[in-house]
Amino acid sequence: MNHLPVFQVLLPLLGAPLCLLVRRGTLSWLVATLASWGGLAISLALLHHVSHTGPITYNLGNWPAPWGITYHVDALNAFVLLIVTTVAALTLPYALQSVNLEISEENRPLFYTLLLICLAGLLGIVITGDAFNMYVFLELSSLSAYALIGLGKRRRALTAAFQYLVMGTIGATFILIGIGLLYSLTGTLNIQDLASRIALIPASAYGHRTLITAFAFLTVGFSLKLALFPLHLWLPNAYTYAPSVVTVFLAATATKVAVYMLLRFSFSILGSRFVFEQLTLGKIMLLPSLAAIIIASLVAIFQYDIKRMLAYSSVAQIGYMTLGISLHSHTGLMAGILHMFNHALMKGALFMAMGAVSYRVGSVYLTDFRGLGRRMPLTMAAFVLGGLSLMGVPLTAGFISKWFLVKAALEIGWWSVTAIILIGSLLAVIYIWRVVETAYFNPLHEIEHGQEEAPLGLLIPLWVLVGANLYFGIDTSIPVDMASWAASALLEGTMQ
Amino acid sequence: MNLAGHYNYWVAIFLMMTGFYVVISRGNLIKKLIGLNLFSTSVFILYISLGKIHGATAPIADDRFQLYSNPVPHVLILTAIVVGVATTAVGLALITRIYEQYGSIEEDDIRIKDESL
Repeated sequence: MNHLPVFQVLLPLLGAPLCLLVRRGTLSWLVATLASWGGLAISLALLHHVSHTGPITYNLGNWPAPWGITYHVDALNAFVLLIVTTVAALTLPYALQSVNLEISEENRPLFYTLLLICLAGLLGIVITGDAFNMYVFLELSSLSAYALIGLGKRRRALTAAFQYLVMGTIGATFILIGIGLLYSLTGTLNIQDLASRIALIPASAYGHRTLITAFAFLTVGFSLKLALFPLHLWLPNAYTYAPSVVTVFLAATATKVAVYMLLRFSFSILGSRFVFEQLTLGKIMLLPSLAAIIIASLVAIFQYDIKRMLAYSSVAQIGYMTLGISLHSHTGLMAGILHMFNHALMKGALFMAMGAVSYRVGSVYLTDFRGLGRRMPLTMAAFVLGGLSLMGVPLTAGFISKWFLVKAALEIGWWSVTAIILIGSLLAVIYIWRVVETAYFNPLHEIEHGQEEAPLGLLIPLWVLVGANLYFGIDTSIPVDMASWAASALLEGTMQ
Repeated sequence: MNLAGHYNYWVAIFLMMTGFYVVISRGNLIKKLIGLNLFSTSVFILYISLGKIHGATAPIADDRFQLYSNPVPHVLILTAIVVGVATTAVGLALITRIYEQYGSIEEDDIRIKDESL
């Protein structure tokens, strides 16, 4: 029980070499699935523990805090851990059949190994209480993500992976510079220690300039990683050409973890008063967020590859998260955190539906969807429900986060921002409708390949996610309480 | 501010900008990767410079030396070097695969081949 935090990362990290050693596709899959389910169980236990007895601090190897690496679990990262492990635990059962089709026999054990390393990296970023450790885990997850994307069937997957590698490495190096500058200023890497020492630096001190520079490097680095609007160029290609399973996993987790890092550094380390009042992060983030919502949604409307369309929609949805942060209020922050959870549910479901279509039809161009409403009714129904959640229709999860976002914008009287949020939703209606129209109202494709519905192995995880979209749209108490609690904890962190 | 006294920082910034420029301006993927390496290596110099203390020795446990430079940045950078090597390895592996598939590692050629499909 006492060692739960370290097992959260160790389980996938130990599962990875095991996958490689068993050397058989299905057996590796079994190892990976068990590791991901174990991870989900641990994150639920951690969440339970945190919500009843408060934050957990775990010293690795029993080295006391400022010297050793600590794992620190509080409201925010317990919630993000739950998002990541839930997505992983649903993606892996889904992976078996999809991977058997898309990845060659000899590469399958390697595929599951990479997936587990990526999972370990993402969980490590979230759980660690040490800034440099966070960078190492970030690179661990990114490097495995580049390789995973490069495994895509089409050759453009390779160039997409290379482009992501170049931009991702630049982002990570910026983060490294930022962490180095913070270290030079404080002489510590422990997040709590950093926060308390930075709070002591007076605003007039010479070191203040270092702090501002560090913040600039960190923000640009995180923005690259989370694909904030003008820095999103790696994302559409990476999501489009990656294998279906990888797109589901990365779209639902990687950008959320980057948003988490931004929150952790801005609120827990630098303090929201410094970041928002002196450095005006709110104003810096506001414009790219609004631009993301409008421009990325507009671009999505004109895409013919539906996976690419959903990738652009992801860029827009990330805009909603950063918009919530930039409003700098409890409701706004809460809406941003809530949208991390809800977006993982809806994009996970939509990309899983894409995987199911590509399993039967082979590709996901708009024309491939002709008549699919009759041919694959369950998959397309799931797509429609996921799409409704993406638009933010009441009784779906997407509605809840949009509702709080609109509420946060109205609280400070920003009518224009409210209007843009609503326009973004309308644009989502348009691009989802194009697919729905083609699937339900266009005649069947003449060349009939893959008549039947997708196999159950793909449908069950897909419908679990769709069910979650509906459930958390009706019974909102769990995610709303968690997000609200995490937001208060983040804002309180500044008072110390 | 003492400009000459901070020359190692100037070197780091110069290398960083050179690397960044190479990444942006070159179309050859290998050259891009070299630029990326230059870019991340400059950060190693930045880190090691941070640990330097004037008049201090290398961090050796010996009674004769009381003042030694901070070893923590050195250790951190060892990790970062490993990360850099891994990044280069993944990058080169991708370039090899790209060459197998496209028969070229020039960005413009690759773009033309993708569009002609």
